[in-house]
Amino acid sequence: MKVNLIYFAWVRERIGKTEEEIELPESVVTVGDLLNHLKGIGEVYEAALEFPDVIRVAINQEHVEHDEAIAGAREIGIFPPMTGG
Amino acid sequence: MNVPSPTIRVQAHDFDLQAEVDALSGGRTDIGAIVSFVGLCRSEQGKLSALELEHYPGMAEMEMKRIADLAIERFSLMGATAIHRHGRIEPGQNIVLVIAAAPHRQAAFDGANFIMDYLKTSAPFWKKEHATDGTAGAWIEAKGIDDQAKNKWD
Repeated sequence: MKVNLIYFAWVRERIGKTEEEIELPESVVTVGDLLNHLKGIGEVYEAALEFPDVIRVAINQEHVEHDEAIAGAREIGIFPPMTGG
Repeated sequence: MNVPSPTIRVQAHDFDLQAEVDALSGGRTDIGAIVSFVGLCRSEQGKLSALELEHYPGMAEMEMKRIADLAIERFSLMGATAIHRHGRIEPGQNIVLVIAAAPHRQAAFDGANFIMDYLKTSAPFWKKEHATDGTAGAWIEAKGIDDQAKNKWD
């Protein structure tokens, strides 16, 4: 399946891209699987996602937990904990 | 009674507190309490030259509306406003505005407090610090105390 990934803050800086479309193998089912998969595709991803527990993810612009399935996702946002306000 | 729809904006330019209060209360005679909160950029004892506010366009507005709707329902607010700036913000300048209107003060205080606590931990905004000494900017780390502040509403 193809998904559009969009990155923010230091995740964006470490990966060096704002967004990209990526083809995922069928073995990638959950958000946790996706983060693991990305860690394996390059050094910059490994550096950005070294500690997946702190990484926050949104599917179609809504917060999700790491055990959420990504089926049907058009856009997946990947970012650090939020620091607004 | 109609459930009020909050005013939500994400913008680069500054906001006008009095204009936003007037927009919420203008022409009404049923509101008894308005609480407003303005968050500003601190200089951190002169070490900070500016903050850079990044946000997730679309999701930021959606999440702020979701939070404001929760507050309206929970505290029976008569109106709510949340405005968050993005881009470069210097010490002394405004970052965020939250206004809650209710018949009585407790709901207005609680509503504004609730919206800010949720906004800090759930709305997709990130702050990067730029130092006066010219060193490379660092992303501000999320604080556990902000999670605790949010969790008190559970």
